[in-house]
Amino acid sequence: MQIYKAPIADIRFALESAGYSRVAAFEAFSDYDLDTLMGILDEAGKFCTKEMLALNRTGDQEGVKYDPVTLSVTMPKGFKELYTKFCEGEYASMVHPPEYGGHGAPFTLAFMLSELTTATNKSFSMCPGLTQGLVEALMHYGSDAQKAEYLPRLIRGAVTGTMCLTEPQCGTDLGILTTRATPVEGRAGVYSVTGTKIWITFGEHDLTDNIIHLVLARLPDAPEGIKGISTFLVPKLLADGTRNPVFCGGLEHKMGIHASPTCVINLEGAEGYLVGEPHQGMKVMFKMMNAARLTVGIEGIALSEISYQTALAFAKDRRQMRALDPAKQDLSAKADNILVHPDVRRMLLNVRASTEGMRALSAWIAVHIDVAHSHPDVKVREEAEELVALFTPVVKSYCTERGFWNVSEAMQACGGAGYTTDWSIEQYLRDMRIALIYEGTNHIQALDLIGRKLPSKGGRAMMAFSKRVTDFIRENRDDERMGSIVESVKEASKLLSDITMNTLMAKAARDPEEGGAVASSYLNLFALTAISYLLGQQAKLAHERGGRFGETKLKVIRFFFDKILPEIHSLAAVIRTGKASMMALAEDEI
Amino acid sequence: MKIIVTAKRVTDYDSKVIPTADGKAINFDNVDFKMNPFCEIAVEEAIRLVDAAGEGEVVVVAMGDEEATQEVRKALAMGAHRGVLVECDESKLDSDAVARMLVKLCQDERPDLLLLGKQAVDGDSNQVGQLVAEHLGWPQATFAYKLSVEGKGATVQREVDGGVETVRLSFPAVITTDLRLNEPRYPSLPNIMKAKKKPLETMSPEDLGVALGAPKVEVVSYGLPSSRKAGQVVDSVATLVSKLVNEAKAL
Ligand SMILES: Cc1cc2nc3c(=O)[nH]c(=O)nc-3n(C[C@H](O)[C@H](O)[C@H](O)COP(=O)(O)OP(=O)(O)OC[C@H]3O[C@@H](n4cnc5c(N)ncnc54)[C@H](O)[C@@H]3O)c2cc1C
Repeated sequence: MQIYKAPIADIRFALESAGYSRVAAFEAFSDYDLDTLMGILDEAGKFCTKEMLALNRTGDQEGVKYDPVTLSVTMPKGFKELYTKFCEGEYASMVHPPEYGGHGAPFTLAFMLSELTTATNKSFSMCPGLTQGLVEALMHYGSDAQKAEYLPRLIRGAVTGTMCLTEPQCGTDLGILTTRATPVEGRAGVYSVTGTKIWITFGEHDLTDNIIHLVLARLPDAPEGIKGISTFLVPKLLADGTRNPVFCGGLEHKMGIHASPTCVINLEGAEGYLVGEPHQGMKVMFKMMNAARLTVGIEGIALSEISYQTALAFAKDRRQMRALDPAKQDLSAKADNILVHPDVRRMLLNVRASTEGMRALSAWIAVHIDVAHSHPDVKVREEAEELVALFTPVVKSYCTERGFWNVSEAMQACGGAGYTTDWSIEQYLRDMRIALIYEGTNHIQALDLIGRKLPSKGGRAMMAFSKRVTDFIRENRDDERMGSIVESVKEASKLLSDITMNTLMAKAARDPEEGGAVASSYLNLFALTAISYLLGQQAKLAHERGGRFGETKLKVIRFFFDKILPEIHSLAAVIRTGKASMMALAEDEI
Repeated sequence: MKIIVTAKRVTDYDSKVIPTADGKAINFDNVDFKMNPFCEIAVEEAIRLVDAAGEGEVVVVAMGDEEATQEVRKALAMGAHRGVLVECDESKLDSDAVARMLVKLCQDERPDLLLLGKQAVDGDSNQVGQLVAEHLGWPQATFAYKLSVEGKGATVQREVDGGVETVRLSFPAVITTDLRLNEPRYPSLPNIMKAKKKPLETMSPEDLGVALGAPKVEVVSYGLPSSRKAGQVVDSVATLVSKLVNEAKAL
């Protein structure tokens, strides 16, 4: 059973609350008022439900196939046709600049669209997602010639992109990667690249003829470690159509995303072209990765949503046992609908309220990405950019962790049916799990947050964020309609700054192990606080809006504040006890 | 080649439509709307025909309240050239009223072809195309599942009980579309953006010289179909046959 309808009304509300009107006010986006944006998403949502969802289950069951003789990969049935339709709809090219064949739409559109495509076919949507990341990297670091050569084709979808970082001996620790690139004599900017990459998503497939790899490798004179890495474009087919020696050596067998090929990629003296400066490869790759990390975060929202819709459809039909309240018993039937049971509601609302909270966060980040790109005032642009950077690890880690838990909770609400393939939630659970690992494991995100993003520029981004929260509290504390919501946001933000200053900064500064011990919990505390602030804003808008939608929204927000936000207290307690009990065991005791 | 095509706003077939408590109307709370799927097929066909002809225009028309603009825009985003919304009180519309307004539009616009869905999935009346053809004295082909234009006429294959009927008609003509005629496209992003700038004229029934009185059809009541009786699982073919013969009397 595959049930999904794009959550258009909630996306619209989230964008309104997040201040999308700021984006529509930029001259470049004057054609993209909220109505238009939602019109596009509405049409795209229909495409997703009808075309992409139709291949989600079959793609999972059939999987991708590797032919060891031709070293080629065949996608599941229908994927090639789907890819053609996807490109014809120009979904992939929307946000890119017109000079390279894009349509100059705001980034917000792509961000919101990625929720819909991922919900309906996560495996498939990773392919255009990676291509989009490569476009982003080239836009910033490619030479004019590279841009002219690759961008139009990537944007049209005529070729797809990959990111090749991981090697057998290095995943998290890219400093120890060994793939080499040696200059080809007499050809400036051209290198011969040799090495083995593993787990490369869409490293080989039959959706397009050509594939453009972005490869991390070392130049002969490279310094040791992470400061000695450069980035190269390595196309599968060279400009004259000949095959570049970059081959798929096999596919991984894995828990989920069965329709997404995870490839061994052997570079055997492949021709590659340097992107950006020598030894500055991580900068280029981070452009691609930051975009990708945010979209990985969205995967948690997407699969939470489809799991919720599925579980809800199941629950509405299922009758078991009697309501605890006799007044709610339906005596015309042998049992009551399970929605009468408080715990079934608890599960469904856990998923719904957190999903809408995470969507509030993603909409807010999306708007800030556009502000960072397009605001006329450089100061405003900078502030927005720093905010996005601060929140990138938070979105990636929190939304994927909560997303996985949400899918599991939706499964629970369906009882045994949830565990069977009939209801598809088991596929969503398997597909979801990887998101906590790739693009940098969730703990690496947490380390990025406390080690790099928080202290960056003297903690400016965090201070800017805190100021917004305090402004919100000050402006709304006398608004009686808001009830205890403002008080709860205040409590969360006080707790966050207390933990940040008095526990994290104070202890981690002296002992990095203390930082490592609490980083993951801290990231979740941070995320919940931010979501409380954003849902507080939504509550205000919901009051103004009223009507059935507004009333329901307020109830869901209430649930978040009652049942989800209090997690911050257990997180704080865990953080306060620090590393002691983790490090007390000797290695041979573990 | 000029084609007028209809785009009726109907309840989404994915939404649950239930009558109000008194059975006099439909409760539209929590119901989504979209373009009648048969109209969507007509729009697609019209765009393909004009594209193939290399010249001409597709004029899309909807009738109803302002919300129906969305269906006109959708057709424009698919590729129609110009839109017309006849804004009116939907409660006054029945097949006759819609047909009379379309007749007037056809007389003003003089298209080669009027393309409509064979029926709308809300009312399921299946009358408008036939009525318009009769009023105008134009040839008609209903339930088209294949259509090819030759010069100033068309050959249409119609789905009829147990087979296909092939008819030829000369323009101007009325054709209504069946499900298998084509698969409508999804509007691409650039076309959605372009549609915003395409001309869309709003007019009233009076502008067309049509007075909407009380509808000729009065709805007495709406009711839900009776729910299906539980099925039976039988253990063998023999039991099945015996049940079909003796109980269901189907054989
Ligand atoms: C399906 C799939 C698709 C992938 N796609 C791509 C792709 O397209 N391109 C690509 O380049 N890579 C890809 N990867 C690789 C992926 O990004 C890595 O698996 C990931 O970054 C983690 O690295 P690792 O597996 O080597 O884990 P390890 O680095 O071995 O980590 C093992 C454990 O140790 C922890 N750990 C490591 N270092 C630290 C530290 N300093 N402090 C605390 N804890 C630490 C980790 O959090 C983890 O829990 C993919 C992987 C999979 C499974």
